Amino acid sequence: MSEFPEHDPKDHCLDESLKEPTDSLIVHATARGIAPFILLIGLYVFFHGHYSPGGGFQGGVLLAVGFLLLRLSLGVRLSQIVMPHRLTLRASAIGALLFVAVGLSAVIMGGNFLDYHLLPIPGLAPEYLRYFGILLVEVGVTVTVTFTLVAIYDELLGC
Amino acid sequence: MIILQNAVTVFLILGGTVFMLIGSIGINRLPDFYTRAHASGKVDTLGILMFVGGLAVYEGISIDAAKLLLIVVFVAITSPVSSHQLARRAMLLGLKPWYGRDRDHQKSR
Repeated sequence: MSEFPEHDPKDHCLDESLKEPTDSLIVHATARGIAPFILLIGLYVFFHGHYSPGGGFQGGVLLAVGFLLLRLSLGVRLSQIVMPHRLTLRASAIGALLFVAVGLSAVIMGGNFLDYHLLPIPGLAPEYLRYFGILLVEVGVTVTVTFTLVAIYDELLGC
Repeated sequence: MIILQNAVTVFLILGGTVFMLIGSIGINRLPDFYTRAHASGKVDTLGILMFVGGLAVYEGISIDAAKLLLIVVFVAITSPVSSHQLARRAMLLGLKPWYGRDRDHQKSR
């Protein structure tokens, strides 16, 4: 557990005023109103990566931007409800693990890395295996990118 | 009908381009931070709104036009707020506005 230190309020903080919500009503109302829509567009871009421009990285960046907007406007303390400190690095590790698990299970079944049609899911045609394999890999990329970007912001701020 | 649609498109896109040109000239030529924030906050917002609205008119009634109109709504909400926050932060941190060329000359004398 020592690699993932818990949130310590007495830690070195770059700017104490970033812990509290902003005192401008305009910024507060706009950020709270627009952040759910940014998250929704992030999910849309992620799920449309099969058919149109978009995909895991872009959707993950949009999701992270939605969370960081709340971090910047509501302050670090209030936005813990939406995105807690203790979640970020662990969830990004889980996303990377999902990617590697999909890749390596194809290797175990006797193919190359990320050879989707060899995934050990019974009762599915190879094209559906490719579809769901790519979807799983994209889920891993999205989770990793989202939580890593939030973790980088938290680490730079230091509180 | 198509002629009318194209005419509205050309009017909106040309108007948006003119407004964005005015805003860019303003950002380069205006004297201090607050007036520049005013140029980018108002004129550029109107320019982008007219430009994207013109593209939506050109697209007709379709899902792409709906997406473009969503972009219009998003820009109309966020762009003035961002320039408002920039100017507000600068004022809170004590940046003095420009009081005119005469006062600059008096101070330097």
